Amino acid sequence: MAKPKVLVLKTAGINCDQETAYAFESAGSDPEFVHINQLVSGERALSDYQILAISGGFTYGDDIAAGKILANELKCKLSAELKEFIKQEKLIIGICNGFQVLVKAGLLPGNEIFQQEATLADNDCGVFQDRWVYLKSQVSRSTSQVQCVWTKGLPDVIYLPIAHGEGKFIPKSEAVLERLRENGQIVFQYCDARGNIGDYPVNPNGSMDSIAGICDTSGRVFGLMPHPERHLISLQHPRWTREGIKRHGDGFPIFLNAVNYFK
Amino acid sequence: MYWRIEVKDKEGVFNSHSESLKDEIREFGLGVVHDIRIKSVYFLIGSLSREAAEKIAEEILIDSVIQEFRVYGEEEPPLVPQGYAAVQILYKPGVMDPVEESTLKGIRDLGITGVSAIRTAKKYLFKSALSRQDLLKVAEKLLYNKLIQIVLPEEEHSLYDFSNLPDYKFYLNIVDLTAASDLELQRLSRQGQLYLNLDEMKTIQAYFKKLKRDPTDCELETIAQTWSEHCGHKTFRGIIDYKEKAGAKGAGERFVKKIGNKVIRNLLKNTIMKATAELKKPYCVSVFKDNSGIIKFDEKFNVCFKVETHNHPSALEPYGGANTGIGGVIRDPMGTGLGAKPILNTDVFCFGPIDTPNSSLPKGALHPRRVAKGVVSGVRDYGNRMGIPTANGAVLFDERFIGNPLVYCGTVGILPKDKSFKKVQEGDMVVVAGGRTGRDGIHGATFSSGELTHESESISSGAVQIGNAITEKKMLDVLLKCRDKGLYDAITDCGAGGLSSAVGEMGQDLGARVSLDRVPLKYHGLTYTEIWISEAQERMVLAVSKAKVKDLLEAFAKEDVEAIVIGEFTHTKKLELFYHGHQVCSLDMDFLHDGGPKIAKKALWARPKAGAKPKIKTKKDHTEILLKLLSHPDIASKEWVIRQYDHEVQGATVIKPLVGVANDGPSDACVVKPRFDSLRGLAISNGINFKYGDLDPYWMVASCVDEALRQIIAVGGSLKQAAILDNFCWGNPDKPDRLGGLVRAAFGCYDASIGFGVPFISGKDSLYNEFSAAGKTSKNRTISIPGTLLISCLAVVDDVSRAVTMDLKAPQNLLYIVGETFEELGGSHYYDILKLKGGVVPQVDFKKARAVMGALSVATAKGLVRSAHDCSEGGLGVAIAEMCFAGGLGANVFLAEVPFRGKQKRDDILLFSESNSRFIVEVERSRQKAFEGAMKNAPLGLIGCVTDSRELKVFCASGSVCCQENISNLKEAWQKTLRSI
Repeated sequence: MAKPKVLVLKTAGINCDQETAYAFESAGSDPEFVHINQLVSGERALSDYQILAISGGFTYGDDIAAGKILANELKCKLSAELKEFIKQEKLIIGICNGFQVLVKAGLLPGNEIFQQEATLADNDCGVFQDRWVYLKSQVSRSTSQVQCVWTKGLPDVIYLPIAHGEGKFIPKSEAVLERLRENGQIVFQYCDARGNIGDYPVNPNGSMDSIAGICDTSGRVFGLMPHPERHLISLQHPRWTREGIKRHGDGFPIFLNAVNYFK
Repeated sequence: MYWRIEVKDKEGVFNSHSESLKDEIREFGLGVVHDIRIKSVYFLIGSLSREAAEKIAEEILIDSVIQEFRVYGEEEPPLVPQGYAAVQILYKPGVMDPVEESTLKGIRDLGITGVSAIRTAKKYLFKSALSRQDLLKVAEKLLYNKLIQIVLPEEEHSLYDFSNLPDYKFYLNIVDLTAASDLELQRLSRQGQLYLNLDEMKTIQAYFKKLKRDPTDCELETIAQTWSEHCGHKTFRGIIDYKEKAGAKGAGERFVKKIGNKVIRNLLKNTIMKATAELKKPYCVSVFKDNSGIIKFDEKFNVCFKVETHNHPSALEPYGGANTGIGGVIRDPMGTGLGAKPILNTDVFCFGPIDTPNSSLPKGALHPRRVAKGVVSGVRDYGNRMGIPTANGAVLFDERFIGNPLVYCGTVGILPKDKSFKKVQEGDMVVVAGGRTGRDGIHGATFSSGELTHESESISSGAVQIGNAITEKKMLDVLLKCRDKGLYDAITDCGAGGLSSAVGEMGQDLGARVSLDRVPLKYHGLTYTEIWISEAQERMVLAVSKAKVKDLLEAFAKEDVEAIVIGEFTHTKKLELFYHGHQVCSLDMDFLHDGGPKIAKKALWARPKAGAKPKIKTKKDHTEILLKLLSHPDIASKEWVIRQYDHEVQGATVIKPLVGVANDGPSDACVVKPRFDSLRGLAISNGINFKYGDLDPYWMVASCVDEALRQIIAVGGSLKQAAILDNFCWGNPDKPDRLGGLVRAAFGCYDASIGFGVPFISGKDSLYNEFSAAGKTSKNRTISIPGTLLISCLAVVDDVSRAVTMDLKAPQNLLYIVGETFEELGGSHYYDILKLKGGVVPQVDFKKARAVMGALSVATAKGLVRSAHDCSEGGLGVAIAEMCFAGGLGANVFLAEVPFRGKQKRDDILLFSESNSRFIVEVERSRQKAFEGAMKNAPLGLIGCVTDSRELKVFCASGSVCCQENISNLKEAWQKTLRSI
C-alpha cells in the first residue's frame, strides 16, 4: 500500500513543522508542507491527504490567546473540508499550539457543531515552561470507552518534553470533564515517574485532572501539549548520557501508530 | 468612530499575573493591594455596527470558557466595580501595537469589514487604599514604560485621539554646512544627534564645498550613520596611540605580558583579524565580511555564528530592547551568504544586583530586577516565537551594570555550501521585504555612540522599539524557499542604520538608486529622511534580477509577507535617493564608505597597583564558604531563565543546558545535531568574566577564551574545527584609561587565538557603555561598566553520541583533576565573598592548555570519560559540588592529590582558586589505565571517587575533613538565590 500522505500545516508562526514532518517520514509516511493559504485558495485539497498535522509554534503570534486566530480561520475558511476529513475517518493530530488550535476550533473534545468546550489557559506558574514530563497513558477500562488510535499499545508511562506558556487544560463545565472521563477521552495525564498524579512541577501548568492530551470520541482526532516529535530518538532524552541509548524515543510510536492505522 | 471592548476573566478563574503583581507591589514597598483585576481592552476603530463589534468580541477577542466581555460605545463610561480604581495603559501613537495585525486578520476571516485599525490597552483595577498618585507610581515602576506607553487619565474613559497623525508635505531640507564655523558644525552634530566629531564634520564640509553645494538633511544623516561607531567601528579601525605601564612580574605570577608603547593603525586588523589570517584554517569559509562568520560543517553544509549587543535600548526599555536585540541578531544569519536557517540562540546578560535597594538607585535608571525580568521575557517572547532553541548563555551581576546592563544575543545558522556567498549584479532590483517602516528606532545607530544619561529616556525615545517575531518568522519561511529556488543574488538585513545602512552597503561597489516614496509605511507622515534611516524591525533587503523579480514577489505574496521593489543597483558608484521624483540624496559611495577621517585616540594602560597581599583568616572548615559560593548570583542556578526559553524546538538539542539525574545541573556547552540524518553536531559555549578585567584585561581575555574552549572540551568536543567570536562591551573609548584596557584586551585576543589555534570569525564592539547619573550631590557621577569581553565558541562535533555531561554517573568511579592549580585568587568569587581585592589574576599557559585540552578530547572520543566539568567560577570546590548534586551522588575528594604549583599548598587555594585549563573528570575503574595512558602528557591528579553516600566530603592536604555537606543542601544553596526574579 502507498504511504499515507500527511499534510503538515504551515502558516505564520508555526515552528515545529520540520521535526514533525521528520517524525512522520521516519515512521513511514509521506509528509508535505502545505500553507493554509494553499488550502483556502484551492491550490491544495485537504481531501488528498490521510493525516492532518498541526504542529507546535505560535500561530499569528498567539496574539489575543494561543491558537485563537488560526482556530478562527479554520472555522471560517475550512470547516466543510475538515468535517468531511473527519467523516472519512482520517487522522488529525495537534501538538502544543496545534492542540490549542483544535480545542479552540471546537474539534476537540469534539462535537457536531464545532463548539468550543474547553480551553488551554495561562500556566498557573505564570511563565513559559520548557521541561520534561511523565505522562500516564489512557487505559481503556471498558469496551464502551474509546481507544485513541494514536496511543495504542503505549507503555503505561512515557516521557516527553513540554514547552508552552498556555497549557492549563480547563473544561467548560464539570459535565464536560465527566463526559471526557466516561468516554475515555483523556489520553494523557501528567504524572511522576511511577505514574502518580501530583502538583507542580509534576503537573507543570495546573491542568484540571492533570490533563495533558485528549482525543475525540472516535479516537482519531488527537491533541496534546507535550511534544512527541522531540523524543523520536534516545539522543533527545535529557539523560541519555546516564541511561544509555535505546532503539527509539517514547514519542516515536505515536507517529508509527498513525501510519499503521492505514495499513 | 470606535468601539471599546473590555475583556475580563470570569469569576473564579485563577490569574497568575494578578497574583504575582500583588507580590511585586509588596516587594517594591509600594503599598498593600488587596485585589487586582486585569482586563484586556480593544479599541476597534472604523465604522461598524454594535452587532458586528459584539460578534468580533465573541468569536475572536474572548476565550468563552474563561472570559467574558462588554462592548462600550465612544461615549459610554466604563463600569468600575465598587471599591476599585482603574489604571489604563496604552501604546503611544507610532509605537507598533504587536496584536493589531493578527487581530485584523481574524476579523477579515470572519468576513467583517469596516475596521480600519485596532489599538489595545491593559486595564488594571486595584482594590486598595492607595491614592491615584500611588497607583500611578505602581504603574510607572511595574506596569508600563513611558517611552512607549501612556496612562490614560482617570476621567478619560474614551481614548485620546490616535487617529490623525499630521500629514507630511514634502520640502527639501538643506543644511547650511559649507559656510558653518567650527562651533556651528559642532552644534549641528549635537543637535542632530549625529555624534560626529569636529574632524568628521569638517571632512563632510570639505566634500560639499568641493561639490559647491550644501547637503540635504538626508545626506548628512546617511553619512552620520555610515560613520557611526556602531556601523563604522571607528575606534577599532582608527589610530590609537597606546602607552603602557605594565610593571614587573608580581609575586606568584607566572608571566608578565608587555605589549609596549606603540601607535596602532587599525587595532582590529592588527590583533583579532591578524590571528585569523595567520592561522589560515581551511574550514574558515567567510570571516569578518558578511553579517556573520561562516565555517564548514560537513561536505554539504556550512554553519555561521554572530553575536550582537543591544545594551542602550535595553537600559531604557528592557523588554523591547532585548526583544529587538534577539530579533536583530537572528537576521544576521538570515542575511549571511544567501541566507542561513537559524538553529540556535545564545544569550548572555549582565545586570545590576537584583537586591539593589530602591533608595540607592541613580535617577533615570530602572531597577535591576525590572531590567532582568524585562530582558529575559523580551528574549523569550522573540526567540520562542521564532522557533529557535535558546540553549546557551550566562547571567552575571555587578553594581556597575545598574544604569547600563549588557544584553548579548547570538544566533547560529546553517546554510548549504553553495549558498554561502552573495554578489549584487548591476541592474538588480532593490527589494525590501518583511515589516513596514515606521518612526521607530530613529537614531539607534548613532545613539550607540554616546553615553547613557539620566536624560537619555527623553532624548532617545525614538531608539526604543518593540519587535514582532511573527513578521520575521513568516519572512524567514519564504526567504529560505526563495533562496533554494535561486530567486535573488544578494541579501542583507536592515539593522542599525535601516535602509541607509543596508542599501548603502549592498550598493557600495556599484551604486544604488532608490525611490523612498515606494517604501511601505506603517502610518503616514514620515519624512523622506525618516523613511531612509528608520530602524524599524523585521526587514531585509534583497538584490533581485529583473528576470526573477516577478516570481520572487509572488512567492512573498502567497504567504502574506510584504515585499516591494524600491529601486535598483546601478553602475554610477553613487547613492541616489528620490522622493516622488525629487532627488534628496546624491553621494559618492567612495566618500560615504572610505571618506571619513581616521579617528586618532590616546590610550593608556597602567597596571593597578598590587598593594598588600590580601590577608585571609583561613578557617579549618570550608563548608560555609562553599555554600556561599554556590549561592553567589554569578554561580547560582539560572534555571528560572533557562526554562522560560524553549531550548528544544527543532528537536536537535542533544546536550541541554540543564542536565543530570533531575534535569537541573549546570551543563557546560550545549550540543545540537542540526541534521536529522547525521550524527554530526555543534557544541556552543561562552566565556565571560569581567572581574579578571579589573586586574588585567589581557588575562581576562585569555581566561575567557580558555573558559569557552574548555566547556567545548568538557562536553566531548574538540578544537579541530572550532571558531570563536569576540564581543567587546566597553566604556567611553575617548577616555585613555578605558581605551588602554581595550587595546590590551585586543592583544589578548590575538595571543589566545594563536595560542589555542582557534580563529576568530566574527565580532562586534559596543562602546560608550557608561551611565551618567545625577548624583545626590550637585556633581554628576559617571559610572563605566567594567570592560567586558564575551567570547563565544562554535565547534563541530564529529559524533554527538560520544558527548558527555557533567553529572556524576555511578558510585565507585574515579575522580581526576586535569590541569594544574596555582595561587590565582585575584578576581575570584572566593575573594568576592570575602570582599577582598587584588591578588594574582588567573593566567593561561597557552601551550600547556592546548595540550591538556587536546589530550582530554581524545580520551573522551575514545569513550573513556563518564563525566567532565570545567573548573571555573568557584574553582574545584564548586565544580565538584555541582557534579555531585547534578548526579545525585556523593564524592570523597583528597586535596593532597591536586597538582599544585606555588609556594603554599593551602586548602582554600586548592578548593577555590580559579586557575584556568582545569577539568574534573569521572572515569570508570576498568578504564583507569587507558585514561591515564591517554592523559600521560597532561598534569593529572587522582583526587578521589564517587560514592553513594549523597555527601560531598573533602579531605584537606593534612588528611582531615575540611568540607562536608549533604548534596541536597549544596543544591538548595545553589538553587535558592535566583529561584525566581
